[in-house]
Amino acid sequence: MINVLGIINYDDASVHVAGLENYRPIPSLSFLARYRLIDFALSNMTNSGIKRIQVYVKHKPRSIIEHLGSGRQYNINSKHGKLRILTGEDSIQSEAYNHDITAFLQNMRFIEDANQEYVMIMPSHMIYTVDFKGVYKQHLETKADVTVLYKTVNNAHESFMGVDTLKLDDKKQVLEIEKNRGKYKNRHISLAAYMMSRELFIHLIHLADNISSLYTLRDVLQEQAPLLKMIGFSVKGYVACINSLKEYFRVNMELTDYNIAKELFRDEWPIHTRTSDSCPAQYTPTARVNCSIVANGCFIEGTVVGSVIGRGVVIKKGALVENSIVLEGSVIGEDVHLKNVVVDKSAVVSKVKELVSDDSKILYVKRQDRV
Amino acid sequence: MRKHNMIAMILAGGRGTRLLDLTNKVAKPAVYFGGKYRIIDFPLSNCANSNISVIGVLTQYESVLLNSYVAQDQRWGLDAKDSGIYVLPPREKSEGFGLYRGTADAITQNIDFVDQYEPDYVLILSGDHIYKMDYDAMLEDHKRNKADVTIAVLEVPLKEASRFGIMNAHEDGRIYEFEEKPKQPKSNLASMGIYIFSWPLLKQALIDDLSVEDSNHDFGKDIIPGFLNSGKRLFTHRFKGYWKDVGTIDSLWEANMDLIYHRDELNLADPSWKIYTEDITVPPQYMGPNASIENAYINQGCVVDGTVINSVLFTGVKVDKGAVVKDSVLMPFSHIKSNAFVQRVIVADDVVVEEGSKVGKESGEIDLISQNC
Repeated sequence: MINVLGIINYDDASVHVAGLENYRPIPSLSFLARYRLIDFALSNMTNSGIKRIQVYVKHKPRSIIEHLGSGRQYNINSKHGKLRILTGEDSIQSEAYNHDITAFLQNMRFIEDANQEYVMIMPSHMIYTVDFKGVYKQHLETKADVTVLYKTVNNAHESFMGVDTLKLDDKKQVLEIEKNRGKYKNRHISLAAYMMSRELFIHLIHLADNISSLYTLRDVLQEQAPLLKMIGFSVKGYVACINSLKEYFRVNMELTDYNIAKELFRDEWPIHTRTSDSCPAQYTPTARVNCSIVANGCFIEGTVVGSVIGRGVVIKKGALVENSIVLEGSVIGEDVHLKNVVVDKSAVVSKVKELVSDDSKILYVKRQDRV
Repeated sequence: MRKHNMIAMILAGGRGTRLLDLTNKVAKPAVYFGGKYRIIDFPLSNCANSNISVIGVLTQYESVLLNSYVAQDQRWGLDAKDSGIYVLPPREKSEGFGLYRGTADAITQNIDFVDQYEPDYVLILSGDHIYKMDYDAMLEDHKRNKADVTIAVLEVPLKEASRFGIMNAHEDGRIYEFEEKPKQPKSNLASMGIYIFSWPLLKQALIDDLSVEDSNHDFGKDIIPGFLNSGKRLFTHRFKGYWKDVGTIDSLWEANMDLIYHRDELNLADPSWKIYTEDITVPPQYMGPNASIENAYINQGCVVDGTVINSVLFTGVKVDKGAVVKDSVLMPFSHIKSNAFVQRVIVADDVVVEEGSKVGKESGEIDLISQNC
């Protein structure tokens, strides 16, 4: 049992997944054919024994409310557990005021009333698995004020752009937090996931608000880092940050390799999601499928290579889907050739037979579009 | 307790001996079918889709798995306040412990359960059959005919009719005769073992049946003939569509193959009549660089890097590089290792076919592979 309140925070304001984000908030972005991004953060929490979780949703809460429901699919006990969806009231002044501190202040009563001594705060756009029991243990042992999760990477010049990096001393104490501008390969990438006492969390919220009404939790932590005992917790295994369409695409593609995906999908660490009760995928005699991820409910008559095919997608005869992501319920018509395309939900691509782009540019087909 | 118009009682106590090792430790209704389902998902989902909210499941043979499986009523959306799936295995009573002696006796011993809901009608189902059916439409027929009993029937080829219980009915659907496996069938309307009874009448008949000395306490043998003999109004309800009783390894294999070769007949992809089942947490299916998939029905959690032709793969099956799976049914979490060759078999759940092994044969009966090999 860990004495921790889970908080799924807003994703950083710099996170933008062009096209897809027009229709849903980042946490409910479809991922790897059958998941939504938030499934990873929530599964990490419930697999670690965190029983009460708050999910802060900034915009367009409909899809997230539908997806989460009562949280039963994540193993949240319906009586003594709780999954609470909280929304910040939109500020009348400006979008800049709609940040996490505003939302925490508006919902302060639910933070103050919680019984847990500690909080674990994380966004949903970072994809990895971690056992928070280990984080909790280290947090208590080091007597840290704040434990911040990080991943040491050697590709910071390509990925994790604009994400915080940590400068650590040899005891993993955080000396400084700065943005990754892509200048260096080897960096400690902050996963924007923090464990601290609920008391300090409340203090930091008020402090941020007192310093500047535009300060986010990240800003106040950066500023307070020298004054706090902030210790890093190194996350092993696969880590991805979905902060742009390019990264969204790259990460989906990378994970079509089962040997890489195995790091995320371990038998003892299930990633839970909502079932759609669809039947198994059907492949006809003309289907050819390689190096791909396919969700249930699909009907495949064409050829699929190196792609991610969402639930209930239809791929008709003669179609060739290469290096593409097709989201739930879309139809790829006869003899259509897709390459480097993201097809949003319930779209139909049938009239235009060639939607082909080179690797440097990803084409995006809008939700419910007819192409 | 809220009064219910109709509740369902599912007879799920049978073993299904001819399914060999598949029913060693589970009753037949719990046997896997169709890539992700168990047979009992069909009557349960049909009930849920027909707006029946209280279901009793009568279990007996090896019932531990089946009991815990159906008790998770949220899988079929039956966990709302006034609904539920209730597991009813035989129980110890003040007069002793009594096994269910027949299909009718299973209901007789649970009259107290049914009475709690004060239903006007009781739907009796078998947990052994694969089909999609709207029981609400059947109830409409029952009411319109002012029937005492309505029996769902299906047209079978006349030459096969002697394998079934055959209903001989007038043009308006009123049944005048019932023949169990007749040598010279007069009609081709086979009973599907699905009955709607007006409950007060059935209850009385069940109580009366207790004192009949040579009774088998069986719906087909005793209760239905009894209703006919006493001049009650028995009507047929015509069912058109896919219906299968998978009693043998061959017929279970065949029914799975129907999903590939006759995909429109049962059509499990129809969003208006979904079949609900256990939601096992697994990743989506992975098709590796060496995968070759041709005519297949594959569930989530599978990892395929070999060749799969004309086959049904259940949850979490692995087919390694170089392995060939042809005309087969691979049950949950079975593993076909590299360069193994699998043809015309059912591989039971969790079974491993080792590297380079060869199982099955080109023609003839279907083999059940229930041990690692």
